[in-house]
Amino acid sequence: MGIFVPTTKRADEDVYYDIANQRQLIWRKFRRHRVAVFSLYLLVLLYALTIFAEFFAPYGAFERHSGYLFAPPTRLHFVDDEGRFQLRPFVYKVTNELNMETFQREYVEDRTERYPLYFFVRREPYKLLNILTTDIHLFGVEEPGVFFPAGTDELGRDLFSRMLLGARTSLFVGLIGLFFGLFLGLLFGGLSGYYGGGVDTFIQRLIEFLQSLPTLPLWMALAALVPPTWSPIQVYFGISIVLAIVGWTGLARVVRGKLISLREEDYVLAAKLSGVRERDIITRHLLPGFTSYLIVHLSLAIPGMILGETSLSFLGLGIRAPAVSLGTLLQEAQNVQAVTLNPWLLIPGGLVVVIVLAFNFLGDGLRDAADPYKHV
Amino acid sequence: MLGYFLRRLGYMVIVLALVSVVSFYIVNLPPGSWIESYAIELDNSGLMANQAELDFLTERYGLDKPLHVQYLRWIVPVITQGDFGQSFEWRQPVWNLIRERLLLTMVISVSSIIFIYVVSIPIALYSATHQYSFADYVFSFFGLLGLATPNFLLALVLMVLLLRVFGFSPGGLFSPEYLREPWSFAKFVDLLKHLPVPIIVLGTAGTAGLIRVLRGLLLDELEKQYVKTARAKGVREWRLILKYPFRMALNPVLSTIGSLLPAIVSGSAIVSVVLGLPTTGPLLLRAIIAQDTYAASSMLMMLGALTIIGVFISDLLLMWLDPRIRYERSN
Repeated sequence: MGIFVPTTKRADEDVYYDIANQRQLIWRKFRRHRVAVFSLYLLVLLYALTIFAEFFAPYGAFERHSGYLFAPPTRLHFVDDEGRFQLRPFVYKVTNELNMETFQREYVEDRTERYPLYFFVRREPYKLLNILTTDIHLFGVEEPGVFFPAGTDELGRDLFSRMLLGARTSLFVGLIGLFFGLFLGLLFGGLSGYYGGGVDTFIQRLIEFLQSLPTLPLWMALAALVPPTWSPIQVYFGISIVLAIVGWTGLARVVRGKLISLREEDYVLAAKLSGVRERDIITRHLLPGFTSYLIVHLSLAIPGMILGETSLSFLGLGIRAPAVSLGTLLQEAQNVQAVTLNPWLLIPGGLVVVIVLAFNFLGDGLRDAADPYKHV
Repeated sequence: MLGYFLRRLGYMVIVLALVSVVSFYIVNLPPGSWIESYAIELDNSGLMANQAELDFLTERYGLDKPLHVQYLRWIVPVITQGDFGQSFEWRQPVWNLIRERLLLTMVISVSSIIFIYVVSIPIALYSATHQYSFADYVFSFFGLLGLATPNFLLALVLMVLLLRVFGFSPGGLFSPEYLREPWSFAKFVDLLKHLPVPIIVLGTAGTAGLIRVLRGLLLDELEKQYVKTARAKGVREWRLILKYPFRMALNPVLSTIGSLLPAIVSGSAIVSVVLGLPTTGPLLLRAIIAQDTYAASSMLMMLGALTIIGVFISDLLLMWLDPRIRYERSN
């Protein structure tokens, strides 16, 4: 990334540079990449938000508000009708009426009734992390009032709450898919790089073959293998395995390439000559040499997995209702008529873009930081 | 040269054979078959399943036989007569169903790749020669955004925007009046009018990626000594850039077709579903869901074959273009 101009080095940091170990050096270089650091914080925040989705969500993801079908995002006010600033934000009562010309339901604010926003409100009970039963939600308004930060869908379910839950699925499907992909990539890349010869040629041809196929049709066909009788959890793992089956090839290439180039290094030869055991050579001398590359590649592979899941769920072949993912939420936005009238249905798409961008920036920052020959 | 060509051709035939095996097996792996779900469906709707018809279909396609026998029964007519079998769901030969759709998939893919090159090369040239300029930042920003947006989302957003702002619905590839018409010049013009939206949607990610690669390569190349030497000798700047560093940077770009083409064919599958394009994408989706095995595996195989043959042709072009590659491969 050429955009991020390095800041000038300070003299005391130069001294530090000579005595710092590898990890400190990487971290120091990474911190200079401000967009990457910001992305890291953003991703940590997103994962935290989604792990505790039920707490941060004002409503249950399946709770229907029958009077509020396709309600637009509720406006939050700080200034009341008399022009006075209120420290505690509030929403007005929202009522809908049928526009007799267009026959569209239109939502208008009823300025006579105000509902202030409270923190730590008690509403629908839920199980936090599947252990702790509680009914405290981070924010909400009192009962007849409603607050939908991102509007509602066709069944009157709060889109913001569903989005948090959906993002949890999508973010973790990416991670689990990555885990399987990492396993396959390490296995095949390791075999290929370690044995060389016929095994190497075979695996390389296999990788070339897989990479020459269009991914999505292959994913579609594989996703059809996930039986319709499976529970949401099983489907979830099934889909991540499907993503991994197609997605491990890039990783195997990285592992193989690094393994082959490191094997030829003098220090490995020196270790061999001094009689270091094979296992110790691998764990102590080879693995540290490419873990940083591996981490970089992993952070760049996650967005691909997330996009894969979203695309599959969007087509109805991935995560299935009642489970929610960012893809299934966008599936509801597939109807162009509905989206044109209710554009907030596209908000989950915005979240997908933000997540993918954040992972890309993070990967870029890590790549620059992990490259020992690049001085920032 | 000829030896390389023949070896490459032989390798491609093996890969195509593999693609056909993989396509057929993946599609047939889910338990049950179309015949079974068809019988259940008929049962549910209260109609008597025509047992004779079911038996005939089972017999004809050898659905009671082991999978490798079924595979042979499917692939042998494909090779010998170009007969891809019968689509269960549509009750007509698969080839009739997919012929025009495959052609349109090819048209869309090739025009997207042309779009990608035409747009990204000038932008990358500008960005690299004006590094850190305002326009460079703008292009980089939009490039990143383009890379991060799933193309079905881009298609949705573009459709909504066009509908809201211009009141124009960009779905499909033909106007209704040409839908069932045979091919004519007017129909061709109509197709051209409908092409831009899918091409922009499909080309955006590729364009963004290519700008990034080409800009980086050009920046590396512009630093080199020979550029400085030429500049010191007084070669005019644009002539210099186009004649040397640009040509150096162009080769890796052309060889990206190998990854670009599968990505575009893959993307067109989902974009077609969103935009309602009459390509293989929506049909494949339906066939996979309905377990219409012959249609699904034929389409899967043809999409794989399309990309593999496309990459082969681009490889030959690259050899024709670049003497270094030609030399390296001849030996």
